[in-house]
Amino acid sequence: MARLLDVNNLKTHFFTEEGVVRAVDGVTWHVDEGETLALVGESGCGKSVTAMSILRLIPSPPGRIVDGEIIFEGQNLLEASDEEMRAIRGNRISMVFQEPMTSLNPVLTIGQQIRESIILHLGLNDSEATTRSIELLELVGIPDAAGRINDYPHQFSGGMRQRVMIAMALSCNPKLLIADEPTTALDVTIQAQVMEIMGNLSKDLGTAVLIITHNLGVVARYADRVNVMYAGRIIESSTAENVFHNPQHGYTVGLMASVPRLDDEEHVRLATIEGQPPLLIDEIHGCAFQPRCPKDESCFCSSEGTPELTEISPGHWVADCPCCMSRDTVPA
Amino acid sequence: MVTAESNPNDTLVSVKDLKMYFPVTEGLLIQRHTADVKAVDGLTFDVAKNETLGLVGESGCGKSTTGRAILQLHRPTAGSVEFDGVELTDLKGSELRRFRRRMQMIFQDPFSSLNPRMTVSQIIGEPMAIHGLYKGQERRERIEFIMNAVGLNPLFAKRYPHEFSGGQRQRIGIARALAVEPDFIVCDEPVSALDVSIQAQVVNLLEDLQTEFGLTYLFIAHDLSVVKHISDRIAVMYLGHIVELSEANELYNNPIHAYTKALLSAVPIPDPVVEKTRERIILEGDVPSPLNPPAGCVFRTRCTRQGTTGCTCSDTTPELTEVSPGHWVANCECCMSD
Ligand SMILES: Nc1ncnc2c1ncn2[C@@H]1O[C@H](COP(=O)(O)OP(=O)(O)O)[C@@H](O)[C@H]1O
Ligand SMILES: Nc1ncnc2c1ncn2[C@@H]1O[C@H](COP(=O)(O)OP(=O)(O)O)[C@@H](O)[C@H]1O
Ligand SMILES: [Mg+2]
Ligand SMILES: [Mg+2]
Repeated sequence: MARLLDVNNLKTHFFTEEGVVRAVDGVTWHVDEGETLALVGESGCGKSVTAMSILRLIPSPPGRIVDGEIIFEGQNLLEASDEEMRAIRGNRISMVFQEPMTSLNPVLTIGQQIRESIILHLGLNDSEATTRSIELLELVGIPDAAGRINDYPHQFSGGMRQRVMIAMALSCNPKLLIADEPTTALDVTIQAQVMEIMGNLSKDLGTAVLIITHNLGVVARYADRVNVMYAGRIIESSTAENVFHNPQHGYTVGLMASVPRLDDEEHVRLATIEGQPPLLIDEIHGCAFQPRCPKDESCFCSSEGTPELTEISPGHWVADCPCCMSRDTVPA
Repeated sequence: MVTAESNPNDTLVSVKDLKMYFPVTEGLLIQRHTADVKAVDGLTFDVAKNETLGLVGESGCGKSTTGRAILQLHRPTAGSVEFDGVELTDLKGSELRRFRRRMQMIFQDPFSSLNPRMTVSQIIGEPMAIHGLYKGQERRERIEFIMNAVGLNPLFAKRYPHEFSGGQRQRIGIARALAVEPDFIVCDEPVSALDVSIQAQVVNLLEDLQTEFGLTYLFIAHDLSVVKHISDRIAVMYLGHIVELSEANELYNNPIHAYTKALLSAVPIPDPVVEKTRERIILEGDVPSPLNPPAGCVFRTRCTRQGTTGCTCSDTTPELTEVSPGHWVANCECCMSD
C-alpha cells in the first residue's frame, strides 16, 4: 500500500502559566492509503492534540508545534501556508468530532452546510450540489433525505447528526478521515449504526481513517493497525491482531487485561494498572510508565534516555524499555 | 416472582408493577397537566440478598428513574416496592428515613456529585450526621476505616474533592455510600466516566466491598460488558419496560427478545479475531419518545418481525413470562421469533 501520511518526531507543547504541557512529545507514525489506524490511550495522553496537529488546528497561544514533520501526500503540512491548509481541511483531510452539535452550525440547514463544503471544494453549481448532498445523506442512511435537507441540526437526533457529519466529512472524497471519539456520546445500538456506515463507506471510497477512541471493542472491530499512546508518546504500534493478542509493552498488556469481555464465560477478576498516568506538565525523564510498571525496581529506565520505538518483529514496534517489555509484567 | 431463588426470605428488594410518570404541564398562570413522560411503566423484579442485579438499556429508557423510585427519591406513581418485607411506598418522614439509611446510591459523575466545599471527611461523615450515627471519636474512626476500605489514604481526609483524580473521587462517592452501613446500593453508572484501567480498579473494589460487607447491588450501566462482568442476573430495559431478565451468562448465550439480541450484537468484543466473523444486527431508527410510547409492545416500531407472525402486540402489552427457569421474556410473539 502506498504511504499517505508520515508523522515524524512530532512535538506539540502548550506554554501555560503553570508550565509547559508536553501534550505530544516526539511521535513518529504513518498511515497508508485506505487503511484504518486506531489511536488509543487514557484521557489526556495526547490523542486529540495529535489529530489537531495534523490539521494545524492547535490554538496558539498557548499551543505550538515545536518540532517534527507532517508529510501528507508528499507535502510537509508544517510548511504549508494558511491558505493551502484551508484547501486541504475538509477536502483532502476531513474530520468528525465527538459532539456533532458543536461542530454543526445551528442556524444553517443541514443542506446549506453540506452544499457549502461541496461548492467550496468541488466547484459544483447550486443544483448539482443539492443533488450530491441528497445522495450523500442517503448514503449515510438518513431516511427521506430529500425531505430533510432543509431541516436544522436540532431537528435531528444525536445519531442522525453524527451521520450528517460523516456525510459532510466524506462529501469531497477525502484521502484521510480523522474521527475523534465519533461515537462516544451515542448509545450502543446507534454507535453500531454509525460505525458500520463509516466503516463501510470508507472501504467503498478507499478513504484512510484515523480513529481515536477509548472503546477497545471498536478498535478490534474496525482497525487494521493500532498506536497505543501513553503520556504524549507512542509506546506500542502494530497490527490489531498483535496489539490484542501479542502485546509487548507492560501498559498495553495491562490495558488489554483490564477490559471485561461480553463473551467471558467465567468470572475472571479484572487486571488493573495501579496508579494514574503522569501529568504532562512535568518533564518526564526516561520511561513514563515506570511509576506504574509492576517491575520497576529491577530497571533503570526512569533514569536513562527516552525509550525509543524499536521494531521487534516486522511491523511491530515497542518502546524499548527493558522492564516494560518483558512479558512477565502481566499484572496479577 | 422474577427471582433467581424462590425462597422469599432471600429477597431484599421486591418491585411489583412499578410506574413512575413525570407530568408535563403547560400554561403560565394555570398549569394544565397535558401529558406524562412514562419513564418507568410497569416493572416487576426482585433482588436477592447479596446479589448484583444489572440493569441495562439505552439512555432515557428509565434506568436511573427505576433506581430513584426504589429508593423513594421519586415517589412512585403506582406499584409497590418492598424492602426487607416492608412496603416503602406507604412510609413517610422518620419511618422512611430509617430505611433510607439502609439504601444508598453511587452516582456516575464523581465531579458533580461531591460538594466541592466539603473535605473528604466531611463528605463521608455527613450521612452519619444525618442519621445520627457514630459520634465524636467513633465517627473519626469510622471515616478512617471506610477510607481504608475503599483504598483512600486516611491522611487525605482533610483534602477537597478537586485535589483527587476521577477514580479517587469515585472512591470518595463509594465511601460516602458505605458510611452508614447500608444493605443495598444503587450503583448508577459508577464507572462510565472513567478510563478503562481506572474502571477496572473501581469494578474490583465494588466486588470486594460486596463480599466484605454482604452488600446487595442494583448495578445500572449502558456498557453491557461491564454489567455482564459484575452482575449475577441482568434485566434489559427498553422504553420504561423490562423486555428480558435472566442469569447473566444465560442472557448472553441464549437471548430471546429481538431487542436483547440487537443490543448484544451491537457491543463489539475487544478481540479482532472474534470481531472479523461476528455478524451485527443493526436496528433501524431511534427509540420513540416516552411521552408517546407505542401502544402494546414498546419495541414494535423497530422490530423487523412486527406483524409477520400475526402477533397481536399492537393492542396487548406483552407480560414478562418465564420461558425457562429464571429466564423471563416480555411475551411478544414477533419479538421472540428468530
Ligand atoms: N488548549 C490547551 N491548553 C493547555 N493544555 C492543553 C490544551 N489542549 C490540550 N491540552 C493538554 O494536552 C494534553 C493532551 O490532551 P488531549 O490530546 O486532548 O488528550 P486526549 O488523549 O484525551 O485526547 C492534556 O494534558 C491536556 O490537558
Ligand atoms: N425529573 C424528571 N422530570 C421529567 N422527566 C424525567 C425526569 N427524570 C427523568 N425523566 C425522563 O424519564 C425518562 C427516563 O430517564 P432516566 O431514568 O434518566 O433514563 P436512563 O437512566 O435510562 O438514561 C427520560 O425520557 C427522561 O427525560
Ligand atoms: Mg481527546
Ligand atoms: Mg441514567
